[in-house]
Amino acid sequence: MNWKAFFAMLARDAHVARRNFVALLFQTFLQPLMFVFIFGRVMVGSGYMPPAYKSLLLPGIMAICMVGTGIWAVAMPLIAEFQFTREIEDRLLAPMEISWLAIEKVVAGTLQALAAGFMVIPAAWLLLRPGVDLNVPHPILFAVVALLVALFSATGGLALGCSMQQTHIGLMFSLIVAPMIFFGCTYYPWSALDKFPVLQKAVLVNPLVYASEGLRATMIPQFPHLPLVAVVIGLVFFNALLLAVGLRNFHGKSVS
Amino acid sequence: MVAGIRTRDLRKVYTSAPPVAAGTGGFSFGAPKAKGKQPRPEIVALDGISLEILPGEIFCLLGPNGAGKSTTVGVLTTRVRPTSGQAFIGEHDVWKEQVAVKRLIGVVAQRPNLDFSLTAREILAFHGAYFGISSHERAERAEALLDRFKLTDRADQMVRGFSGGMMQRLSIARAMMHDPQVLFLDEPSAGLDPQTRLLLWEIVREYNQSGKTILLTTHNMEEADALCKRLAIIDHGRVIALGTPQELKASVPGGYLLRLRFGLHSPDLLQRLQRLAGVREVRATDGNGADLYADRSGSLVAEVANLASAAGVELCDVHISEPSLENLFLHHTGRSLRE
Repeated sequence: MNWKAFFAMLARDAHVARRNFVALLFQTFLQPLMFVFIFGRVMVGSGYMPPAYKSLLLPGIMAICMVGTGIWAVAMPLIAEFQFTREIEDRLLAPMEISWLAIEKVVAGTLQALAAGFMVIPAAWLLLRPGVDLNVPHPILFAVVALLVALFSATGGLALGCSMQQTHIGLMFSLIVAPMIFFGCTYYPWSALDKFPVLQKAVLVNPLVYASEGLRATMIPQFPHLPLVAVVIGLVFFNALLLAVGLRNFHGKSVS
Repeated sequence: MVAGIRTRDLRKVYTSAPPVAAGTGGFSFGAPKAKGKQPRPEIVALDGISLEILPGEIFCLLGPNGAGKSTTVGVLTTRVRPTSGQAFIGEHDVWKEQVAVKRLIGVVAQRPNLDFSLTAREILAFHGAYFGISSHERAERAEALLDRFKLTDRADQMVRGFSGGMMQRLSIARAMMHDPQVLFLDEPSAGLDPQTRLLLWEIVREYNQSGKTILLTTHNMEEADALCKRLAIIDHGRVIALGTPQELKASVPGGYLLRLRFGLHSPDLLQRLQRLAGVREVRATDGNGADLYADRSGSLVAEVANLASAAGVELCDVHISEPSLENLFLHHTGRSLRE
């Protein structure tokens, strides 16, 4: 394995992310934070939502930010670089197995998703306070879940980025990303679906459910959530599946 | 150690449109192959290419669009997996030792594929980093290449705003950044102005003189003639002629080509033309035309006109070609490279 090439590519991605930092900041945080402000502050403040909603909302918003960042950071460049600009060709010709380039993309996406996740906590907390009841009894478990969520976002980005045509980017967001967020237990806990038993079972195919519920289980364990074991199994399973699909499609795109 | 290039009976058959890695399309269509219920059209891009390019040689693949030049380069540069056959860079099998091969090669693709998120200098520096070149050395090499390719004044600008010619120059500089033993240039002078083309030729010759092997594809005969020690003419995925430009030009019967067009088709006239002194071969072409290969040119025109007049056939058009690779291509395929 050529680690020099691997880290040089990671450095390239970090350099590009740093250059686009302000744009990335707005792209990642503006919409979720507006949602936090309206639903967590305005709706709760005016009595339309119960005060507990503030605490329930924060892990879901963190999940949205992480998953959005990871998918965006990995899928969008891949779609463009493979099809339109062909920018990736120079890195495909670097002296390294091409699978490692895909893995480098996943590592870069994971790091960006983690950064987004940890930056949105204080921002959302500042917008929501007082009344947010964050409680992290097991920081290591929280870190593991956050890492698995970040990995899910990046492997999802890899699988999507290597499966989509450039002309289908709009469809990708309206047919895949938007339903995933709305049915991903981000704005409500999984237990809120108790009265919709069919939907409650159906949403379990959505990996974002495990991400949101996992963050809830480790950040606000006093509220109902999926068992942590189920969360970890779900995330590991989807990460492995998406990585396998992503790597296979990455090879298909790289070599004709 | 300088590395050469070897291919053995390379075949590439696509069953769907060739994707990005194969360069631009335009292939010959073979017989459809029945697979299950739905027959899928087979596109034969390479049909048994065997080449031996010596270490330190400038070798050219000359052929029209869709002949298989880019696919050959794709196979040799780990981007197109051959359906069958073998490809070697030096002693390394391209499809078994990809990483070792990638260390030896530099590639300039047919279409610019620069990293649009970086400046020109960063593109060179990161490329060097992928190949493990130290930070100090990368900075020095990048500076020297930017200067050589006359890009110093735009070195710290994003390449998105570069002209086509500047992008092409930077692509070539990038391919040379890690000092590869074998340099692939796929249609390098397409879209370049004459001045930049001359600069490119000069740089290619200079790079070759430092002992490097260069494989260049082009459909420009002047370029092949001016740059290459040897060349292969390919068409429909096959090598149709191979040798030095002089050998190939000399292999055309007579050397000169007179493309004639008459008012009507007259097999009798063609037979008479064949008997003229110096005429080596006469071929009827589409319509009422004839291609006449001969060892002289201008002095034949009056004789051809006299024969046509005696046969009652009007001579409508005469085009004389000096001995050239174009004549060779026409002789082999019946088509012009420019068509």
